[in-house]
Amino acid sequence: MNNLVIMPIIVPLIIGLVMVIFRQKILFHKILSVFTLIATGVISGFLIYQVKYNGIQTLQLGGWEAPFGVSMVADMFSGLLLLTTSIVGLLCLVFAFGSIGEDRERHYFYPLFLFLITGVNGSFLTGDVFNLFVCFEVMLISSYALITLGGEKKQLRESIKYVLINLLASFLFLAAVAYLYSVTGTINMAHLAERVGEVGQSGIITAVAMMFLFVFSLKAGLFLFFWLPGSYSAPPTAVAAIFAALLTKVGIYAIFRFFTLIFYHQPEVTHLIIGIMAAITMLLGAIGAIAFNDIKKILTYNVIVGVGFILAGLATYTHEGLTGSIYYLIHDMVIKAVIFLIGGVIIALVGTSKLNDISGLIKTHPYLGWMFFIVALSIAGIPPLSGFIGKVYITEGTFAVGYYWLGAIGLITSLMVLFSVMKIFMNSFWGETILSEDMEKSSTKGVMFPIVTLVLLTIGLGLGAEGLYDYVNIAVESLMNPSSYIEAVLLGYSD
Amino acid sequence: MKKPNDIILRAVTNVAVVIILTFAIYLFLAGHHNPGGGFIGGLAFAAALTLLFLTYDIDSIRANFPFDFKVLTAVGVLIAVFTGLGGILFDKPFLFQAFDYFNLPIFGKTELATAVLFDVGVALAVIGTAMVIIMTISEDR
Repeated sequence: MNNLVIMPIIVPLIIGLVMVIFRQKILFHKILSVFTLIATGVISGFLIYQVKYNGIQTLQLGGWEAPFGVSMVADMFSGLLLLTTSIVGLLCLVFAFGSIGEDRERHYFYPLFLFLITGVNGSFLTGDVFNLFVCFEVMLISSYALITLGGEKKQLRESIKYVLINLLASFLFLAAVAYLYSVTGTINMAHLAERVGEVGQSGIITAVAMMFLFVFSLKAGLFLFFWLPGSYSAPPTAVAAIFAALLTKVGIYAIFRFFTLIFYHQPEVTHLIIGIMAAITMLLGAIGAIAFNDIKKILTYNVIVGVGFILAGLATYTHEGLTGSIYYLIHDMVIKAVIFLIGGVIIALVGTSKLNDISGLIKTHPYLGWMFFIVALSIAGIPPLSGFIGKVYITEGTFAVGYYWLGAIGLITSLMVLFSVMKIFMNSFWGETILSEDMEKSSTKGVMFPIVTLVLLTIGLGLGAEGLYDYVNIAVESLMNPSSYIEAVLLGYSD
Repeated sequence: MKKPNDIILRAVTNVAVVIILTFAIYLFLAGHHNPGGGFIGGLAFAAALTLLFLTYDIDSIRANFPFDFKVLTAVGVLIAVFTGLGGILFDKPFLFQAFDYFNLPIFGKTELATAVLFDVGVALAVIGTAMVIIMTISEDR
């Protein structure tokens, strides 16, 4: 029993609720939300420390022993994601201070932001399939509110699609949970893993697994990403950045959890399908990123390529592949946040997202330009930046199991991604300066701090990959050996 | 302005609201061992308030319930979360509940459980949410 496991969920929840009560005190909201995210960051750091030295941490809510109650489980994989969520969330929040506008702030922007974090953290920590559904809903309902907040015409148009597609996915999720329960008689993940392991993964369980894969793919933007480019380009920059950094990652996390803990007995079927879907996702995403001449569109298609690449690592189901996936997942959360923030700043400066109308920003904003350049290199996986190590491991994994096509597609799409972001860099920063400083629609004042910090983070993640390896290795070990997870949950309770 | 001819509705409402509210509290308390609980009790309570809104106009009801339902929702959830946190103080898991039997005057031997406090929070949250939804769709803008 470790009550710390629940804290990353309830701390943002409580603070968010207190903010709802004191609605008009905007300054109070800002200060409290910063402290909340720092607190969840410190707590997740401490959880990582505990997992490293004492093994997987669990909490049985209300003292109802697993598999009868709801279990909360923190292993290294969820710990690393929690910490990254807190850091990226904090920096997007600081970006929002200077850019979101008072109108949105008065309409519960900060509480909704914290509720979103609550849902994300809950999804990372829960050890119960139905509870995962609930945490997804907490996250999604906050995201519905955040995507519509402000009520611009474009936002409302895109949010209808977003809400409908997610309602459908949630319905299927619930149906899949019901099927799983009727087949196995339990919804505790550890218990499920044990039972599926005992009776073997029969055809019907694989069918249910495919249904879960469908649901999570819809949320993660794996292959079923048709809703994503529209929805992620509608909300204001800070919200789009946090969506790009966190929301699809929760879907990815769920796919990882399910297909390493429960449905891993038939990788020649399930994981191969994930691999094919990942390959198609990477190709289509990269084609989209090259095809468009609009900053927002290029960036959203880059999110899709990233999703495909991370899941290519899972498809290999090897130690190297998963190591690469975890490195790349952490890198992707940081890099997608920062590239959306920089893109948003460019659009705010020029007042348009069409690349043809932007030119020569390097003269007026040299720092922004060079930071975009670093991020662009990192996204393509140029050493020593953070994208490199993940790409190496994932490619190694695909070659190790003989999925040469998957590795090749990953490398080719990396080049296409590099081309697409370089297109933004060259078009908007090079060329003749057509916009003098006093003609700009907004300034970079107050928004540079989060961008600089995130850029430093991607450099640090690349240079410090060695130091991170211990932690990633523990995470991969526990993903590859589900028995440690099962033992921690089912026998870990002592009172 | 013409006075609405709704004497029957008003007469029925005045009696029915008392019955519904009593039933809501009964449902709430029954919930510990029998069907009922904070969620259904709260919904029944919200139903009584909705009936009042339909019979009388919103302004006069609001004058008698002068609090913001959004705040009520937040307070309800906070009560529920803090009851869950109570267990942590005694080194028990989050959401741990305790109960015991007490000899109270009038009631005799009664079971008192901390889960009821949690349910109070649930009930307030449900009442608040239901009323916010109804008030929002009744506003036209």
